Amino acid sequence: MTIYLQTLKRDLRVAIRNPSSVLNPLLFFIISVSLFPLAISPEASVLKEIAAGIIWVASMLAVLLSLNALFHHDFENGVLEQMVTSHHSLPLLILSKITAHWILTGIPIILLSPLLGLFLFLDSESVKVLMLTLLLATPSLSLIGAIGASLIVGIKNSGMLLSLLILPLYIPILIFASSAVSQAQFGLDITGQLYFLATILVVSIMTTPFVSALALKISLE
Amino acid sequence: MVQILVDSQPNTVSSLNVNNLNCQRGYNQLFSELSFKVNAGDILRITGTNGSGKTSLLKILAGLNAPEEGEITLDKHSVKSDEYQSEVFYLGHLSALSAELTSIENLEFLTGLNKSIDQHLLVKALTQVGLKGYEDEYCAKLSAGQKRRVILAGLFVSNAKIWLLDEPFTALDPHGVKIVEDRISKHCAQGGLCLFTTHQDSALPDQKVLAL
Repeated sequence: MTIYLQTLKRDLRVAIRNPSSVLNPLLFFIISVSLFPLAISPEASVLKEIAAGIIWVASMLAVLLSLNALFHHDFENGVLEQMVTSHHSLPLLILSKITAHWILTGIPIILLSPLLGLFLFLDSESVKVLMLTLLLATPSLSLIGAIGASLIVGIKNSGMLLSLLILPLYIPILIFASSAVSQAQFGLDITGQLYFLATILVVSIMTTPFVSALALKISLE
Repeated sequence: MVQILVDSQPNTVSSLNVNNLNCQRGYNQLFSELSFKVNAGDILRITGTNGSGKTSLLKILAGLNAPEEGEITLDKHSVKSDEYQSEVFYLGHLSALSAELTSIENLEFLTGLNKSIDQHLLVKALTQVGLKGYEDEYCAKLSAGQKRRVILAGLFVSNAKIWLLDEPFTALDPHGVKIVEDRISKHCAQGGLCLFTTHQDSALPDQKVLAL
């Protein structure tokens, strides 16, 4: 447990001292959402309908953008080799890095979402549901993304490859999350969707660190 | 706290056995049927031309790469076991330091990953490698030799018995080389093992040589 917190602290420290890597995906998130009203229509009735989809797609792409850096620097400077040769459990170390990634990407996205929601004329009830789906699903995005990030470690210019690997796995989350928000707008029941998102999260926590550890070992060979 | 208690128990290893090791990189057979034994207290220098497989051998011994064939054991523990991994300190070509962190922050993390109890000795270790006053300097601002010294300080406080050092003298000045050699001698005199590669002449006494 100590090593989990130590790794978390180290990753957060590195990120705070190199803020551009954290801020870039968030800026992308804000900018891409705010461009939609300009491009489609500033009408409240139009925006309201597509708001949840826009915010969800933008947050997914923002997470994808940030994933490249998850293992990249540690691979280049050799810290990853030290992590693999450590006698501590590699999946635990990876889980700690994923937690740091979620704190730096997922939480800011959740916190920014009500602002962007209001900006797209979402009513306050739907904003609450939007935040709830983001809270349930952004950790899954980081967890599943870590598998892709560990597979492409060491490959130059691999941004496109990462999207191809990871986006198909994100699709179920996108479908359940955005349908939850749009159904909530009509006052329909959304427990089913929330249960699905929670299931994906639990399964991701239990499996992805192990898969990612395996992939990292292969990438380092 | 539990971890500190476990780590502080006296531990001894007797020998590292390598049996029938085969290593292939792409289409090249780097070495085959390589067998040797390193006893506690031994210093083994691995020599060979560029591309002969020195780094590959050390990576296999560190558990980073899997050999095509062969077996590595440390007193009956296989290379994948926790008992083996906790006794190994691997020092590769790369600095293993984050540019955004200071020397001491980097060392705190690295020693946390490896088996060491002497975290409070980090400042002392930095002094030992001639980096007194650089504790809070960002690693981005250090020279190549100084970076090497930081990671060596981490090695010096480690409790691992097996040191796998890939070109430990790179970028070091003669005085730095002397410090490392003295520390290797001391480590092996205390029952440790050291396997290292270098192209430079090494003045280490009693070293065995493995030519690849």
